[in-house]
Amino acid sequence: MQGQFFSSAATEPSAKQFTGAEILVEALKNEDVELIFGYPGGAVLNIYDALYDAGIPHFLARHEQGMIHAAEGYARVTGKAGVVIATSGPGATNLITGLTDAMSDSLPLVVITGQVGTNVMGLDAFQEAPIFSMTMPITKYNYQIRSTEELPSVIREAFQIATSGRPGPVLIDLPKDLTANKAPFYYAERVPSLAEKQKEMTDLTQLDALVAAIKKAQKPVILAGAGVLHAKASAELIQFAERTGIPVINSLLGMGGMHPDHPLFLGMGGMHGTVASNMAFYHNDLLINIGARFSDRLTGNTAHFARNATVAHIDIDPAEIGKVIPTHIGIVADAKEALTKLLAEPLEKGDLSEWYAFLREQKEEYPLWYEKDDNVLKPQQVIEMINELTNGEATITTDVGQHQMWAAQFYQFRRPNRWVTSGGLGTMGFGFPAAIGAQLANRDELVVAIVGDAGFQMTLQELAMLTDYQLPIKIVIINNQALGMVRQWQEIFYSSRFSQSLIPNQPDYVKLAESYGIKGYRIHNVQEAYATLQEAFALDGPALIDCRVNPMENVYPMVAPGKGAHEMEGTKPPLRGVKTS
Amino acid sequence: MKQTLVLIVNDIAGVLNRITGLFLRRGYNIDSITVGKSEQEHRSRMTIVLDVESEAHAAQVIKQLNKQIDVLKVIDLTGIPAVARELAMIRVQSSLQTRGEINHIIQPFRATITDVGMESITLEVTGSSEKIDALVELLRSFGILELARTGITTFAREIDVQHTNDKKIHSVK
Repeated sequence: MQGQFFSSAATEPSAKQFTGAEILVEALKNEDVELIFGYPGGAVLNIYDALYDAGIPHFLARHEQGMIHAAEGYARVTGKAGVVIATSGPGATNLITGLTDAMSDSLPLVVITGQVGTNVMGLDAFQEAPIFSMTMPITKYNYQIRSTEELPSVIREAFQIATSGRPGPVLIDLPKDLTANKAPFYYAERVPSLAEKQKEMTDLTQLDALVAAIKKAQKPVILAGAGVLHAKASAELIQFAERTGIPVINSLLGMGGMHPDHPLFLGMGGMHGTVASNMAFYHNDLLINIGARFSDRLTGNTAHFARNATVAHIDIDPAEIGKVIPTHIGIVADAKEALTKLLAEPLEKGDLSEWYAFLREQKEEYPLWYEKDDNVLKPQQVIEMINELTNGEATITTDVGQHQMWAAQFYQFRRPNRWVTSGGLGTMGFGFPAAIGAQLANRDELVVAIVGDAGFQMTLQELAMLTDYQLPIKIVIINNQALGMVRQWQEIFYSSRFSQSLIPNQPDYVKLAESYGIKGYRIHNVQEAYATLQEAFALDGPALIDCRVNPMENVYPMVAPGKGAHEMEGTKPPLRGVKTS
Repeated sequence: MKQTLVLIVNDIAGVLNRITGLFLRRGYNIDSITVGKSEQEHRSRMTIVLDVESEAHAAQVIKQLNKQIDVLKVIDLTGIPAVARELAMIRVQSSLQTRGEINHIIQPFRATITDVGMESITLEVTGSSEKIDALVELLRSFGILELARTGITTFAREIDVQHTNDKKIHSVK
């Protein structure tokens, strides 16, 4: 396989022979790999022997799912590829959720899995799983290594694929015998280069059409997604919004791309977004999507989404353009490149006063809300306290569900690329291990893992990593003793038949934390909350804070399934003309 | 609607799996698929006929294919003048009495007899899918014992295929 990587013009092989494991480690060093998340096993013993004194910091997780989420957290905040090593069979299959999550949220990973020896592959050998074919649809690309010689070239190409264009996970399946075999170390010349393929896809021909549409628009709006963050184009986004006067909505994953205090910011759009954002989706006449993918959780019923608008979409992935929403102006480019080109155009601000007045009214009349209660701790209040204590500058990670939505609603993200959440796949158990990767990427920054009690119990074994590597992560459990979002949907759509969503039997998280040598706190009420959070955040080391919140609290407002973005329920006051389900 | 695509892909293990897996995700049924070496070294040529719901779906398929690392070129030949050929082998029930009649029927189709037995004859025919459909229909009354069709392989007629390709990929309306 991969015969085409070895043209006759290959660089001169050195005479010296190395084992495949040594070649792998050397090749990783050549890609400036700062750290590896891994877990050893039979098929990767040679690799681990080579890693023993290789000098690349290795972080041992307690479960492969934990380590791949940690690698995702690292990738999300750095933009660099997170590197993962797992053994064959169960080691590899335990990575499936993380690979799919990274594919869904476009996170660059290079994942190396051990495989049984080539002589027994396909013969149901011990710890054999067909991970190459299993991971084809959930990786950006994957490799089955067939010879030791091709390792350096494949590793180099894997990093290139993972981080170029729309980032994504790349998996390399490496049979054990090939890590012991000896070969010279050399890079083959590769044809054709992937960077070239990316360049071929770039299409800026419709920029003029967009400039003209902006001039004409009376009710324009920008939807800024994670593409802006991946491209590190927040400054350009803000400039573009200011030059054109166009208000900005962030997708869930795009939060942090626009400054929360900016007068043009409408907040998050989508199922639990702001009324102003969703009304803008409904009423606009020009929607400029920059690096978001029109997820179903964002659009609601597509029949009511931007129905009278000219839709423009800037995306690095041409397959996203027109995929969900019929698109009139398609621009295939990196967000930074497209925005820079747009800023060089003579952009004019139209008369948007009526549009502003409408949006201001939506913002003022229907702000995000919750009812404070002195007797019970409200989850939203906990998030607000975290926001206040960290000035909106911490790295925040979450799982999926109610706590995730409250974090997105009430944390004021003041810095781009500091929001790490499982958006597309919605993976429980993601937030805490992802915080480990985020903390390792930025050792001096405050990292807060906001998790639900159910999700935390899926990957809490990684608490060991906090003590192993002195990571001062603050874990805030929004503990409602339930699978909160499931419980909420059962309350609203299934007549409060709480089928398997309540989990009153909880471990003593304080003792659990202490058993790992981590300081644990429990908060029952508003009165003790602020001081406790403050104390925990000021600690040098890690802390776990179990927040016993009101178990019946729901996330509002909400676009119910099948409804349009303009039909939000649970607003305060109720939205005019909207019936509740 | 039927969509005819020609793909130039890297000739390495697993590529066919990647392509068919992609169709599987959206539940598209493959009418026919042919794979073989192309004029370039390390490149295979695939001809795929797909049954897709609409033109928008067809455009999406092309974009997804184009995204694949191992896909170097996608040419959409749907509705474009092209030479399409398929080979079929047909084993027809035939006694000595009906053999002459069958011979007459197959002549205009330029089918040839490749094997003769006591109870049956085997025919080989090359041509457009429509031509093969027509022959199969005619032979049905004799009793078709076995039918094997290769699926089409196709060339565009003197057009700038690269240009056609680009236009189809970036048309987003």
